[in-house]
Amino acid sequence: MLKRRIIPCLDIKDGRTVKGVNFINLRDAGDPVENAREYVRQGADELVFLDITATIENRKALAGLVERIAAEINIPFTVGGGINTIEDVRVLISAGADKITINSSGVRNPDLITEIAGQFGSQCVVVAIDTRFADDEWTVFVDGGRTPTGLKTMDWARKVEDLGAGEIMLTSMNSDGTKAGFSTDITALVSSSINIPVIASGGAGSMEHFRDVFFNTACSAALAASIFHFGEIDIRDLKKYLSENNISVRIT
Amino acid sequence: MIAIVKYNAGNIKSVANAISRLGFESIITDDPLELAGADKVIFPGVGEAGSAMKYLRERGLDKTLVALKQPVLGICLGMQLLCRSTEEADTKCLGVFNSDVMLFPPVDKIPHMGWNNFLTLKGELYKGISKEDDVYYVHSYYAGISSCTSATCDYILPFSASLQFENFYATQYHPEKSAEVGEKILLNFLQL
Repeated sequence: MLKRRIIPCLDIKDGRTVKGVNFINLRDAGDPVENAREYVRQGADELVFLDITATIENRKALAGLVERIAAEINIPFTVGGGINTIEDVRVLISAGADKITINSSGVRNPDLITEIAGQFGSQCVVVAIDTRFADDEWTVFVDGGRTPTGLKTMDWARKVEDLGAGEIMLTSMNSDGTKAGFSTDITALVSSSINIPVIASGGAGSMEHFRDVFFNTACSAALAASIFHFGEIDIRDLKKYLSENNISVRIT
Repeated sequence: MIAIVKYNAGNIKSVANAISRLGFESIITDDPLELAGADKVIFPGVGEAGSAMKYLRERGLDKTLVALKQPVLGICLGMQLLCRSTEEADTKCLGVFNSDVMLFPPVDKIPHMGWNNFLTLKGELYKGISKEDDVYYVHSYYAGISSCTSATCDYILPFSASLQFENFYATQYHPEKSAEVGEKILLNFLQL
């Protein structure tokens, strides 16, 4: 049986892992390769590295980091943050990333999604969608959640599938950082309406939240950052709990 | 020396990395002599079947590959290209395995992406591996079950998780991305 996936997300700044809540009070949390290794030991199914580096010089160093990760890590990993062109993608894929994730650039230039899928295959294109519920409607935001696009989330998700994305990473801005649980309503809606895998993101605060999102939606994976970073949940314990609750996960 | 077939498909470096983690050396090459002279050959691949086959034919690599006598391991697209044909771009393939590759019917998420266990398994690649062990898959097309099938997996329908015929071995899943289970399988191949 295909397993539901648990995906820790690491925020990277200038080649180091950083921890913080909503990009505020960032503090250094070590070498991403070391952090990744620990997650692999705990049984993570995939990893996501999001680069939040500001300067172009440090962005170039990202490829070097990706090479180190690829040399060390024996599970699939996705790299994202600031990808704007097919050349950005080529650099990361040749450095060893299995998948890349794009967000704002996909909204501004939907052809980019098709172009990446055409050159590197759909399986490597994860489109991140940041969505917020307001005025009775789920809509899409870009630029780290600062800019509304007016796009309806369901419409954009369907379009992204048509454009050739292999997977959607759906982050609920209403839940992100709250630790009050994933937004199961929009996750259920999107995951049952499209035919590519959906990664639920935003709001994980307890093991029950993972059970709820897997139980109530057709999402293929659930992603979280802080609860894994701060050691609040060990992935081994989480998977044991999910398994006891009849959610099919990979036990190592 | 382990030779990895160089062609226009992705994840070649991931395979080289995995081999190096296991303590073996590898070269990435499309030179027929180097391929023929290697102890083992790995034919990896992520990408599109039509353009990959075209690339192999234009360079004569199709003939080189099927003539190999040492153990060969096809991975993912590499496995599909070793089959008779694929529905992807309606492509005639290398025909080492008597399986045909088809698109999954759209009754569940496609691609089949993530970790899945085995329904059945047999042969040297699976020494120390059990049916409950999970390996990592990413694919939209699957090889049907044939006399070459050495392991099966269930997603939408039962399909070939791996194939074997004479010196040719192939996996639909990615051993190089399948954590410790994948490393055991790769090591079993490298120690053939």
